[in-house]
Amino acid sequence: MMGKPEDIIKDLKGIFSIDILDDSIKSETRASIQIAEKALPEISKYFHEDLHFRFIIASALESKRGFEIYYHFSDDQTGCVINLHVILPTENPEIESLTALFEAANWMEREMHELLGINFLNHPNLEKLISEGNWAEGVYPYRKNYE
Amino acid sequence: MSKPTIIPIGPYHPLQEEPELFKLYCDGEIVRDIKWETGYNHRGIEKLSESKTFDQVFFLVERVCGICSTSHPFAFANCMEEIAGVEVPDRAKYIRTIIGEMERIHSHLLWVGLAGHFLGYNTVFMWSWKYREPVLDLFEMITGNRNSYAMFKIGGVRRDIPDNMIPVMQKELDALKLKLNLLTGAVMDDPVIHARTKGVGILTREDIIDFAAVGPTARASGVAIDVRKDDPYAAYPLVNWKVITSEAGDVFAKTEVRLLEMYESVSIIEQCLEKLKKEKEGGIDVRVKNVPEGIGTGRAEAPRGEVFHFVITDGGYTPVRHKIRAPSYVNIATFKKSCVGQSISDATISLAAVDPCYCCTERMAMAYDYHTRIAMMGTADLLRMSREKTDNIRSSL
Amino acid sequence: MAFKDFIFKKSLWLFHFGGASCNNCDIEILDCLTPRYDVERFGMQLVGSIRHADVLLVNGSINKKDKVRLLEIYHQAPKPILVVAIGACGCTGGIFAEGNTFAGPVDKIIPVDVYIPGCPPKPEAIIGGIVNLINKQPA
Repeated sequence: MMGKPEDIIKDLKGIFSIDILDDSIKSETRASIQIAEKALPEISKYFHEDLHFRFIIASALESKRGFEIYYHFSDDQTGCVINLHVILPTENPEIESLTALFEAANWMEREMHELLGINFLNHPNLEKLISEGNWAEGVYPYRKNYE
Repeated sequence: MSKPTIIPIGPYHPLQEEPELFKLYCDGEIVRDIKWETGYNHRGIEKLSESKTFDQVFFLVERVCGICSTSHPFAFANCMEEIAGVEVPDRAKYIRTIIGEMERIHSHLLWVGLAGHFLGYNTVFMWSWKYREPVLDLFEMITGNRNSYAMFKIGGVRRDIPDNMIPVMQKELDALKLKLNLLTGAVMDDPVIHARTKGVGILTREDIIDFAAVGPTARASGVAIDVRKDDPYAAYPLVNWKVITSEAGDVFAKTEVRLLEMYESVSIIEQCLEKLKKEKEGGIDVRVKNVPEGIGTGRAEAPRGEVFHFVITDGGYTPVRHKIRAPSYVNIATFKKSCVGQSISDATISLAAVDPCYCCTERMAMAYDYHTRIAMMGTADLLRMSREKTDNIRSSL
Repeated sequence: MAFKDFIFKKSLWLFHFGGASCNNCDIEILDCLTPRYDVERFGMQLVGSIRHADVLLVNGSINKKDKVRLLEIYHQAPKPILVVAIGACGCTGGIFAEGNTFAGPVDKIIPVDVYIPGCPPKPEAIIGGIVNLINKQPA
């Protein structure tokens, strides 16, 4: 039975050895795993299809390290929440879209694109979700240099 | 094929965070596609939260959604307590659970009423809103306000429930159970409601997993996810209750799940009140001096599904990043599955079925599409069509 | 009695515009129409189109996207019309006044006749506001 974060991370390291950059286990049900950005689609697929985790949401922020995105996955059998953490460069941040895997990522990626200017490759429709007409093209209100 | 008619729903029907405009692209009576526009209700809460101290954030997240004004502070409290490593006293856990479950009852009653309203059953609407009032009175007695309770803080709750309030609450809950029986009977045994809601707006198990839908929407399609059971918090592991599920995935199943959940909520509150009488130790809060650097995820089961908060702290007094995910955010996206292929008159109830905080029946109905200037039908027409269908079914039965 | 005074005497028809609110005010407005408070006994009812309304109820903070719509609604309204700002957000912007999409409280955008503060205002307060409204005739 999968369930404990340490088992999940152990298995993950077995399959995607070089793509797992860092991991930290906070408690019995919470863990963060930093992964290489190019491995995100495969690892998300592994979580979604093999482990039957539910995608909750993704949180993005701008920090000194660049643009960070946390993809939150939940196992509804055990209450386990795994955060997949990727760091994108400040210049021209882009990452593969997860919308092809599950519809749930669709709106979130549009929102991140609009608010932080992160580009999602192969996304079906990256139109603005929230602010149509409110702020100009190329203005990203959740970036640190806004206002 | 002729040019599709565009029918707007909205923009003003406030969903959890965002009232939005749905455009139904229709070919005759049948909905062929659905598009949405959001942002009418964007208030920049996540950004605002970064400028407020942790204590102030509670008042801010309470106002993410007025109906779920406990669920957001609940999830935020879970989140901050995870970062700070605080264990809440048992008495505070019971009080939190009572407030959370009372909110579920009033929210579900609100939904049943509005669903009735959309179907042309204003009697159900008036009844269930009348029965909702005693619950709000109890809220006023405990917290001092009918909505936006300001009960939560890091490490506990702000107000106690004194012993002299417990019998009053028990009496009201007993009265409420009788009214619930009446309401459940009226809704579940009505042939017209069966005809209008069965087989309408079906979401299959696969759809739920694809859209990652949560709450009663998922549970009505046989996906038994409930944060209260899966990732227990507060006093939920300390009382007996069960997760209500249904298999059909249509509007009727969602109604059924919500109605039966109210009985569970009443039972949870009654058990918590019994425990409160005995549990006097430990006070209602623990002092939290500072919040260390770290990341935390907090979840709570709102009436509409899982509320998710994610906070990054740096050891200071304000969050560095605060992400909020309300349940409607994922549930609303399922409209693409539930509405397409249905007739227009079923669209309103299909949209209402996921309970997207349909708290205002009146929306702005413009005579033309703001961008394309194509003539559109108003919301009033849509409601009229829905009601006409009910009348037709009623007269043919 | 002038014609205008006469038509605002009884049976005010309301149109509800919910801005970027948290829904609490919206619910309390609806609550006033349900059996406990029942302002419909005074002939007040919510109508589906601003063209039928005597009163425009505005609640919630107004963001930049709403502002355009609110102005449009106000221009579509038959004049004279009474405007009521409901809730802390409607009156001042409330907790959302510092937000990056906030476009000013309602009275910066359209003229307001009656303010009903509170977060959310209790139905009793809303009924109190209605009494003020009936006593106050539009110019």
